[in-house]
Amino acid sequence: MAQDGNSGTDIAAADSSNTGHGTEHAVGTAVVARDAIENPGFPPHRHRVTDLDPKKEKQAERTVYTLFYLSIVGSVWAIAAYMAFPIVPEDIASVRTNNLLIGLGLALALLALGIGAVHWGKALMHDEEGIDMRHPVRGTEDTRARAVEIFDQANRESGFGRRSLIRNSLIGALIAFPLPAVVLFRGLAPEGQNPVDLLKHTMWEAGDKLARDPSGLPIKASDVTIGSVFHVIPEKLASVGHSEGYLEEKAKAIVLLMRLKPEDLIEDEDRKGWSYDGIVAYSKVCTHVGCPVALYEQQTHHLLCPCHQSQFDVTNHCAVIFGPAARPLPQLPIAIDDEGYLIAQSDFKEPVGPSFWERH
Amino acid sequence: MNTVTAPAEPKPAVPVKKSGGFTAAASNYIDERTSISTAVKELGRKIFPDHWSFLLGEVALYSFVIILLSGTFLTFFFQASMAEVHYEGSYVPLKGIEMSAAMASTMDISFDVRGGLLMRQVHHWAALLFVASIGLHMLRIFFTGAFRKPRELNWVIGFILFILAMAEGFTGYSLPDDLLSGNGLRIIDGMVKGIPLIGTWTSFLLFGGEFPGTDIVGRLYSLHILLLPAIILVLIALHLLFVVVHKHTQYSGPGRTQQNVVGYPVLPVYAAKAGGFFFIVFGVVMVIASLFSINPIWNYGPYDPSPVSAGTQPDWYIGFADGILRLAPPHLDVVLFDHTFSFGILIPLGLVGLFIMLVLFYPFIEAWITGDKREHHILDRPRNAATRTAIGAAGVTFYAVLWAAASSDLIATHFKLTMEGVIHTLQVMLFAGPVIAYFIAKRTCLALQKKDRSIALHGYESGRIVRLPGGEYIEVHEPVDDFERWKLVSHESYQPLMIRPDSRGRITVAQRVRAGLSRWFFEDRIDPITRAELESSHSNHH
Amino acid sequence: MPRTPSPSAGKSRKQGRRGPLATISLLAVGLLFTGGAYAAFSTSTASAETPAAVSAASVEDGKKLFQANCASCHGLALEGTENAPSLIGVGAAAVDFQVGTGRMPMQAHGPQAPDKPVQFTEDQIQSLAQYVASTAPGPAIPDESLLDGEGDVANGAELFRINCAMCHNVAGAGGALTEGKWAPGLSGVDPAHIYEAMVTGPQNMPVFNDTNLTPEDKRDVISALKFMENSPAPGGNQLGSLGPVAEGLFLWIFGLGSIVAITVWITARSN
Repeated sequence: MAQDGNSGTDIAAADSSNTGHGTEHAVGTAVVARDAIENPGFPPHRHRVTDLDPKKEKQAERTVYTLFYLSIVGSVWAIAAYMAFPIVPEDIASVRTNNLLIGLGLALALLALGIGAVHWGKALMHDEEGIDMRHPVRGTEDTRARAVEIFDQANRESGFGRRSLIRNSLIGALIAFPLPAVVLFRGLAPEGQNPVDLLKHTMWEAGDKLARDPSGLPIKASDVTIGSVFHVIPEKLASVGHSEGYLEEKAKAIVLLMRLKPEDLIEDEDRKGWSYDGIVAYSKVCTHVGCPVALYEQQTHHLLCPCHQSQFDVTNHCAVIFGPAARPLPQLPIAIDDEGYLIAQSDFKEPVGPSFWERH
Repeated sequence: MNTVTAPAEPKPAVPVKKSGGFTAAASNYIDERTSISTAVKELGRKIFPDHWSFLLGEVALYSFVIILLSGTFLTFFFQASMAEVHYEGSYVPLKGIEMSAAMASTMDISFDVRGGLLMRQVHHWAALLFVASIGLHMLRIFFTGAFRKPRELNWVIGFILFILAMAEGFTGYSLPDDLLSGNGLRIIDGMVKGIPLIGTWTSFLLFGGEFPGTDIVGRLYSLHILLLPAIILVLIALHLLFVVVHKHTQYSGPGRTQQNVVGYPVLPVYAAKAGGFFFIVFGVVMVIASLFSINPIWNYGPYDPSPVSAGTQPDWYIGFADGILRLAPPHLDVVLFDHTFSFGILIPLGLVGLFIMLVLFYPFIEAWITGDKREHHILDRPRNAATRTAIGAAGVTFYAVLWAAASSDLIATHFKLTMEGVIHTLQVMLFAGPVIAYFIAKRTCLALQKKDRSIALHGYESGRIVRLPGGEYIEVHEPVDDFERWKLVSHESYQPLMIRPDSRGRITVAQRVRAGLSRWFFEDRIDPITRAELESSHSNHH
Repeated sequence: MPRTPSPSAGKSRKQGRRGPLATISLLAVGLLFTGGAYAAFSTSTASAETPAAVSAASVEDGKKLFQANCASCHGLALEGTENAPSLIGVGAAAVDFQVGTGRMPMQAHGPQAPDKPVQFTEDQIQSLAQYVASTAPGPAIPDESLLDGEGDVANGAELFRINCAMCHNVAGAGGALTEGKWAPGLSGVDPAHIYEAMVTGPQNMPVFNDTNLTPEDKRDVISALKFMENSPAPGGNQLGSLGPVAEGLFLWIFGLGSIVAITVWITARSN
């Protein structure tokens, strides 16, 4: 069984076979065999054909310069292809030709150059291996002693160790000075807004018409036939410009609208009024990490998120039936207005999308 | 003064040949201002050992250079802005569609700049190669034990480079602001929001308001082209400096010892090979970029929070993180003290973090277990470090399961399986796979060690059957020569640690843990061959 | 500075809603006039169009074919059985899609009916379709003018991304659904079949009735798909359009694989 210096002094007596280094180091639990087989030394050098046969050497030389010339051909080809095969607007084939021919020209230039250089190195350059001797990475004892001495001297000359008040206040100052940078990063997001409040609301309000994504055309209840699915935005979103937060609002407000046979729907008492004649609307933002849960299977009534495969059961309040999501998709309470258009009864009753710390 | 003909000033350190023409004069000019001759003297004939696996790090370095070159070209055209524009370029199916300037300029690079698409594809393929080659390089380092003293810190630097390379990749992947990368950012946003206490605000600050905001592309661009490349360059310089300081490791072989390094000098052979290899790597990337398309953003269209594509996946190197998210079981949110703990995100993130920490600190863990403080410059053959190799195999399996999980949907469709079945299988494999891989690898290593031992002692099986005068049949073994045998017998061997009380008669917990780990590492071991064994086996044969 | 909108940008959001509204209401009026509008007020089926000229002979042929090939599962009166859904009101479009792509008759029960070699001749399929359509009104086989692929590609591509890409993949390469089902790839699919699938919602695919995607929208979607299919891939081989997974695998196997092979050559000793 092995033991090492950890129980006593840290430097156990290393075996004499571990020689060559200036300092002896603990071998730990390594087994240092006393009658290990000896290194037989270098095997005899084997000559290459190019060393022995001048003809082969000539041939290798020809190969190398041919490759270099070929590389020049490749570069010229790439330039010629750039000029001869321009991109014609609206012609995808021209983009492809341009890409292919410039690329292949450059590839020829690069590969021939590289292979030529390597072949030169392998076949023609002197191939006797050389030997470097290693030295321990640590500095020599003299160097280390001198380094210690320098630090000592600096300490003495500055009084770093002695003048503790100066030293400690310096350390304090050094710790304090990056702190303002942390504060500066508050400016990354607009002032006067609290993400927690923003996350708890979407742009849906009572009476907002449900509209098609992206056209913003409102949807009548009669449009939604059994088995169909509508990708929905609030009607008023369509008139929001991109600079006014279109994508940010859309990222929270997107809804999936489906019609099931009313008898297929299992509805809690308090949610009975949230659907209309089998039409239900659910947030399209996955409660896992926020991908659009857009895959609706009209026979199984499952919704599937294509990012991480969470599955939700539309018949049962979009409960999670598979995958990493933790919570059901929030439901948007809907009704119809006088003209038969589908409208929201209110905003979602809970925050949409992924969980966050302040959500409860 | 005419420097060509004028004799150099007397400077004994740098004798300039009088007969030299322009080159000599130029060298003299430079040396007198830079002392470059010192560098040439130190490095010019530095020896590098030759082995194919030593070139993997070079592949990483070269792909980084290719990325820098192609990336610089792209910056001349790319607009890192999320301002909305109507696309009016050449690609008909997106004409008139509103998109960010980032997406529109990426479309223009692809369809309206000659060679632009080629540079995009070179950049992206080289990025995939960059991370892949770092990964393969790290596997080589791990399985050959090249991370041992004195190279532990260089392992840490290399691993940080690996993480930074992934960060570079992810930030770059997100820049075009297309549908695929936008959904990727959406996932990041969701994950960040799941972090306790700071998650909500972190996401808010990161995106400059609510997701997706109009800032994220610009911010990622700063990271992608400025901060991250600068850190990577510094760390690469440090990494290479350490390679020079430590001198390269070498495989064991006749004549090779811990005290020497055998190989080819930088000038000329190594320079020719390594220099040529740069062009070859560049050439291979160029061939791929001209023949195979990558990240066709025109298919994905601009980012919009509503659409998503089937098969939405990150680039391969982020796949493991995406995969572990997919493997989490449902219903893991817990509301405690009026706050939500998203364990469906926290547990996977924690597992990935733990995995990363184990890899990062592995050299120190192994050094602590062996207690070996010597420098190691001769590489282990993986079979000779059976437990380490088995741990590596387990780690690779763990990573591979996560990676497979990131494509669970594609596995399901391509092998006609159910996605639920694939995910359940991978959930089991995540824990069972590494254990199985561990035992298979360990037993295989030990078996190979036994085989080596038998070859070293008795030689190769020649396949020639001889009948002895007594009627006995034996197979003739061809003995190996001394040089061949040396490769088989020259390896380190460790024994399990025996617990001994310290000077105060105590056995510490750390001691116990260490002894336990040591037993786990070295209990199954096959002794290296000794001279005596070899001699006795020889006398048996003759 | 924003680029100027093209005529085709009329359907984009920033242009305001008048454009698309006008187009679509005009279309709706036109459809009503030509009698081609669907009875959008019916909640059970998407449309009530009945083929104008149904030849009695082919209905009769269709009936025979139906009884011989389909009735064992779908019932003699199309009422459906435990094994198969009712076909009342599914229309000629559903028959043309299901039988015309070989999905029906089904050979074995699986998670879903895969497309396979078509079992009937074109005439037989038409007869079957006319028979089924004659029993109850349902979506008809679309008019050729909607299948010409000459629609607004940009609008079609946007609609495709919002309504179809989550299952069929942005490049139409297909994707996975739950419990072993899948959304098939769309490359090489007959435009009529794409149209019919949207109208009828085969298997687990949702129905995209004409109030959701107007016939013109469907024409645009088909045009976008056909544009994608018929244009060469600008960047070269698309590796199955499967996205980053295919790219990553390709890079590891062929990219890094060939580079490793080269490293072996570089460091092998020259002979």
